[in-house]
Amino acid sequence: MGKSSTLNLGAGTFVLLGFAALAFLTTQTTVHGPHLGGTRSVYVVTAKFDNIGDLKVGAPVSMAGVEVGRVSHIDLDTKQYKAVVTMQLDSKYNEIPSDSDASIYTQGLLGGKLIGLTAGGSDTYLKNHDQIDFTQSAIVLETLIGQLVASFANKTPDSSGSSGTAPPPAPSSKPEKSK
Amino acid sequence: MIGELRRSLVGAIEDLGSVTLFLLRLLSNTPRALLRFELIGRQIFNSGALSLVIIMLSGLFVGMVLGLQGYQLLRNFGSEDSLGTAAAVGLLRELGPVITALLFAGRAGTALASEIGLMRATDQLSAMEMMAVDPIRYVVVPRFLGGVIAMPMLSLIFCVIGLYGAQLVGVQLMGVDSGSFWSQMQAAVVLRDINQGLVKSVSFGIACSLIAVYQGYYAAPTAEGVGLATTRTVVTSAVVVLFLDYLLTSAFL
Repeated sequence: MGKSSTLNLGAGTFVLLGFAALAFLTTQTTVHGPHLGGTRSVYVVTAKFDNIGDLKVGAPVSMAGVEVGRVSHIDLDTKQYKAVVTMQLDSKYNEIPSDSDASIYTQGLLGGKLIGLTAGGSDTYLKNHDQIDFTQSAIVLETLIGQLVASFANKTPDSSGSSGTAPPPAPSSKPEKSK
Repeated sequence: MIGELRRSLVGAIEDLGSVTLFLLRLLSNTPRALLRFELIGRQIFNSGALSLVIIMLSGLFVGMVLGLQGYQLLRNFGSEDSLGTAAAVGLLRELGPVITALLFAGRAGTALASEIGLMRATDQLSAMEMMAVDPIRYVVVPRFLGGVIAMPMLSLIFCVIGLYGAQLVGVQLMGVDSGSFWSQMQAAVVLRDINQGLVKSVSFGIACSLIAVYQGYYAAPTAEGVGLATTRTVVTSAVVVLFLDYLLTSAFL
């Protein structure tokens, strides 16, 4: 009997260790998992963007650099062809003006995307299932480069407008940039 | 030449079939065997608790190597702060389940195979049958279930120890900031990563335990046969684990 009880003790300790490891991994290595101490109460707002870049579900929503919520769902509005982003905001921050605007920023130089809220001046506050009307899309690097190239292409004919068809050499367009 | 190839192919398919039938036999006996949890508890102790030391030691060193290599690599990009992310994702998704399964096959799988094989060789299994005691239910199923339960636990413990190994080298030795080590990890790791590791380790546990008890149960009843069964357990388990790992990884992407 003594042998059996040490055996049970060993097996029990082992199983306990296993579950402790699982608890550690699910709570300590990730902030997206279950939180001990109850679920946070949240309210949900949506916003429509022309382009969200590579915004992902779970991305932070911040205001003045402080995280106030997370992106919970991303969908496409098939009528307006806009991205519908659903965010869960912490109920602690329930006094965000309803005319606030939402923009998509990049974390760091090449990091992931996040949503930044800038407070408006309204007296009414965002409520559950409200929509943020003022939005600014993500800056997509490729589009930006495209615009830059296009602006160069538009400017060079101006600088040599009277000289006719011959495309000017590249260096001559350099001073144009400062204009 | 072609005939030989065909024979070995047919042999492989036969093996697969007999393993599958054996698994079904085990599963059909599982509900009744589950009631005798004392037998299963003993096997969890044998397969799990006794493998703990080797798992923890290996986890520590794997984590430390991960910390060192990750640091050297990430420093080139000036992003050594994401060392925690690299270590956690690597351990949770791949290294934890796979290395634990390989060690499990070497430590617990061989013990199971040789134990059952020796019972076969010394006619203990036949004696049980003679007494109308089903050796599958009393010998094989508890060992199988013990292995299946122990393997995910070992993998989780491996991950935790490995994480601290990486932290030890990265933060204490190499001077990565402790705050960003953990916070970057927490921002990047999602529950899906942990689930992936769990699903993998349960599958590997089933595969390794099944191979071990199968090889032991069908071992030739000689000293040589038991030795061969032990060798086959390790080799087959290793190949099957790595193959399953690829399948499961692609399923999770």
